[in-house]
Amino acid sequence: MGDLTALLRECTPQVLAAVVRRYGDFEACEDAVQEALIAAVQQWPVSGVPEQPRSWLITVAARRRVETLRNETARRRREETVRHDPAPEVRGDDELALLLLCCHPALSVPAQVTLTLRAVGGLTTAEIARALLLPEATVGQRISRAKQRIRESGVGFERSAPEERLTAVRHVLYLIFNEGHTASSGDALNRVELTREAIRLTRQLHRRLPDDGETAGLLALMLLTDARRPARTGPDGALIPLAEQDRGRWDAGMIAEGVALITRTLASAPIGPVQVQAAIAAIHDEAARPEDTDWPQILILYGMLHALAPSPVVTLNRIVASAMVHGPEPGLAALDRVTEVPMRHRVAAVRAHLLEMAGDHSGAREQYRLAARLTLSRPEQRYLESRAVRLH
Amino acid sequence: MKYLILIQSNPQSLAVWETLTDQQRTDFGLGHLRLTEEMRDAGVLVVSEGLGDPALAVQVSVRDGRTITSDGPYAEVKEHLAGFYLIDVADLDEAVAWAAKAPDAAYTRVEVRPILDMSTWEI
Repeated sequence: MGDLTALLRECTPQVLAAVVRRYGDFEACEDAVQEALIAAVQQWPVSGVPEQPRSWLITVAARRRVETLRNETARRRREETVRHDPAPEVRGDDELALLLLCCHPALSVPAQVTLTLRAVGGLTTAEIARALLLPEATVGQRISRAKQRIRESGVGFERSAPEERLTAVRHVLYLIFNEGHTASSGDALNRVELTREAIRLTRQLHRRLPDDGETAGLLALMLLTDARRPARTGPDGALIPLAEQDRGRWDAGMIAEGVALITRTLASAPIGPVQVQAAIAAIHDEAARPEDTDWPQILILYGMLHALAPSPVVTLNRIVASAMVHGPEPGLAALDRVTEVPMRHRVAAVRAHLLEMAGDHSGAREQYRLAARLTLSRPEQRYLESRAVRLH
Repeated sequence: MKYLILIQSNPQSLAVWETLTDQQRTDFGLGHLRLTEEMRDAGVLVVSEGLGDPALAVQVSVRDGRTITSDGPYAEVKEHLAGFYLIDVADLDEAVAWAAKAPDAAYTRVEVRPILDMSTWEI
């Protein structure tokens, strides 16, 4: 009996995925799968475990699902549908095909994110709404619009993935991760759910495409970033910057997995920007104390990242790394060249930091204050103000 | 990305309002209702409200743990927020396209502001 329970548990997620994939409506499919499991517990001890237990469960669950579906409509149509509808089956490449479908370029990025959470992640509309801080009606509408759009554009399951389509999938997975990771607003618990979901889905994609360097890099980046989550916020919800985090609270298991993965990947796959970001995260995570951080290595990696995927954020981080290696002076000059409006407060914060390093306390204080005025984030404001006060 | 579309009331918009016919005023109001509906159907609407008369506003402050209220805004305030749409869209271009559909945009102007995005912060 213990063996049977273990077997059923192992089958359940795959059976559920197959039925949800075919019929949608996670809740109803979940009920149907539960009924199939009950049937198995009653019948298998008598009749013996079927040769393909998974297929057996899917067939029964699918039949239950169709019955519920059709009970609300004409009985005659139900009979026909039940007879002609072949049972869905588990296919190894179903998850990738489903991801590609959900991240299809015919859909807007917010639609891709929502549909992925629903169709691949199996989250309910209510769960997605809570996690994305949107009204449930908006999420429901977005999902049905996305499905409608897919129907209209005639997009179907694709079993192979050109690089630009995979880039879109990785982008959506990273957006889901970031929604959960950044603390801009919202109930932390629901946001953490998104982080976990993103890691789970990226893990699946990595399992499907083990040789794809950027996918492996993305999984490593997520693990290495999420490992720091327990230390990222104080008891009052204030953000704690990397240099001041209690590193004993970092998740050592996740760090070990992430480091091993990115090390293996860098040695074997063609280099890409996500892998470089993961490598940077790995170096931070491997330092037992902030002063142990291998900044020369980080500076080299930011140089690579700047060449592969330049952005104002990369420029700024590269300046910080350079200051840690060569001292603050060249960085202060380079900062004047970062003029993007959304970066203004972060430029001020970095300038404050570099001035403090250079021993110019009054200049640093002024820049910390400026940065605090420019940012809209309360935790960030508190942090910057506390830095300014410390310099008195 | 979430964006806030701000509908301001100011001397300029009030002057325009004075020149509108009854029919135009009706269309204006219906235009906002339709826009809300269209945003909801498209799955981009977070929330949308029109604000009450600024004469009903109350200023709230806390000093020494005591909540102090006073009526406001003051007489010299010429511009006030009349309503807003909070939407969730792919980018600024899409937000601007929605803002352009606000009836006010045809007469005066509306403002689009991004909601704070911390997704690129390295913490």
